[in-house]
Amino acid sequence: MSPGTLWAVVLVASLGCYLLKLAGLSVPAAWVQRPWVTRVVTFVPAALLAALVAVQALTSGRELIVDGRLAGLAVAALALALRAPFIVVLVLAGVTGALVHVLTG
Amino acid sequence: MSRPARTAVLRDAVGLGVAVGLYGVAFGAAADAAGLDPWQALVTSLLMFTGASQFAMVGVLGAGGGGPAAIGSALLLGTRNTVYGVRLAPLLAPRGLPRRLGTAHWVIDETTALAVAAPDRGLARLGFLTGGATIYVVWNATTLVGALGAAALGETAQAALDAVVPAAFLALLWPRLRAGAEEPAVARRVALGGAAVALLLTPFVPPGVQVVAAVVAVALAGRPREGAA
Repeated sequence: MSPGTLWAVVLVASLGCYLLKLAGLSVPAAWVQRPWVTRVVTFVPAALLAALVAVQALTSGRELIVDGRLAGLAVAALALALRAPFIVVLVLAGVTGALVHVLTG
Repeated sequence: MSRPARTAVLRDAVGLGVAVGLYGVAFGAAADAAGLDPWQALVTSLLMFTGASQFAMVGVLGAGGGGPAAIGSALLLGTRNTVYGVRLAPLLAPRGLPRRLGTAHWVIDETTALAVAAPDRGLARLGFLTGGATIYVVWNATTLVGALGAAALGETAQAALDAVVPAAFLALLWPRLRAGAEEPAVARRVALGGAAVALLLTPFVPPGVQVVAAVVAVALAGRPREGAA
C-alpha cells in the first residue's frame, strides 16, 4: 500500500471514529438505547478481537501458516490464565516468537 | 464536592493514564509491523484516539488487508463510543457546539468509566477532563516511542514483534471472556465463532475482509428473532 493510500486510510478511519463519538453526544438517546443495539455493541469487540487474534497468529495473505507466532500466542494464553500483567504477556510472547525464529532459521 | 472524593477521582484518572501508556507502546509497535511510518502511527493516535479501533485498523493492514476493510473494522469497534456518548451527554452536558466538538474527541472506554463512576456531576466532569488529558498525552507519547523503537529492530526482533501483535489482541480480548465479565459464556461463543469464520474465509477472500465478515456473521447469528428466548 502506498504512503498516500495509508494516509488516506488513517484520516478516513479517524474522521469516521470521531463522527461516531460525536453522534453519541448529539442523537436522541432512544435511537441508541434499544436492546438489540446495545447487545450487538456489547459483543462486537469479542468477535472482532478474536478474528484478529486468529488472522494475526495463523495467516499470511490467503494462506494458513503455523510458525513462531502461534507458539507465542500459546505462551501468552498461559500467562493470561495465570493473571500475568499485560507487559509480561507481551514480553513472553515476543521471546517465544524470537526463539522459534532462531531455532527454525 | 468533598476533598477525599476529589482526590480519589484525580488519582484514578492519572492511574488510568499511566496504565494505557503500555498499550500505547504496543500500538506504536503494531503500527510499525503493519507498515505505517512513525508519523502515521502518531497521527492515528492524535486523531482517532480510541485504542481498540486503532489496533483493529493496523491489525487488518498488517494482515495485508485493503483500505475499506481496515476502515470498516475501525468503525465497527468505534460504535462503542456512540453508546458511551449517549450515557455521557446528560452527565457532562457540553454547552454549545465548540464544547461538544471538543468533548466528543475524548469519549472512550476509560473516560466513560471515570465519569460514570464519579459520585456527582461535578466530579464526573473532573474525571472525564483529567482522565482524557492524561490519557491523551501519555497515549500519543508512548505511541511514538513504540513506533520509533519498532522501526529500529532487526530480523529476529521483527519475529518477536510478529508474535507480540496477536498476543496483544488476545490480552485485549481476555477480560471479556473471563468469569465476572458481562455474560462471559456468550462472549466466549462469540469469540470462537469470530475466530472460526475468519480462518475459514481466509483462503477465499481478500486479506482483511475475513475479519469484517466474521463480525457481521456473528452479529447476524445473534440477531433478535421472533419468540427467541
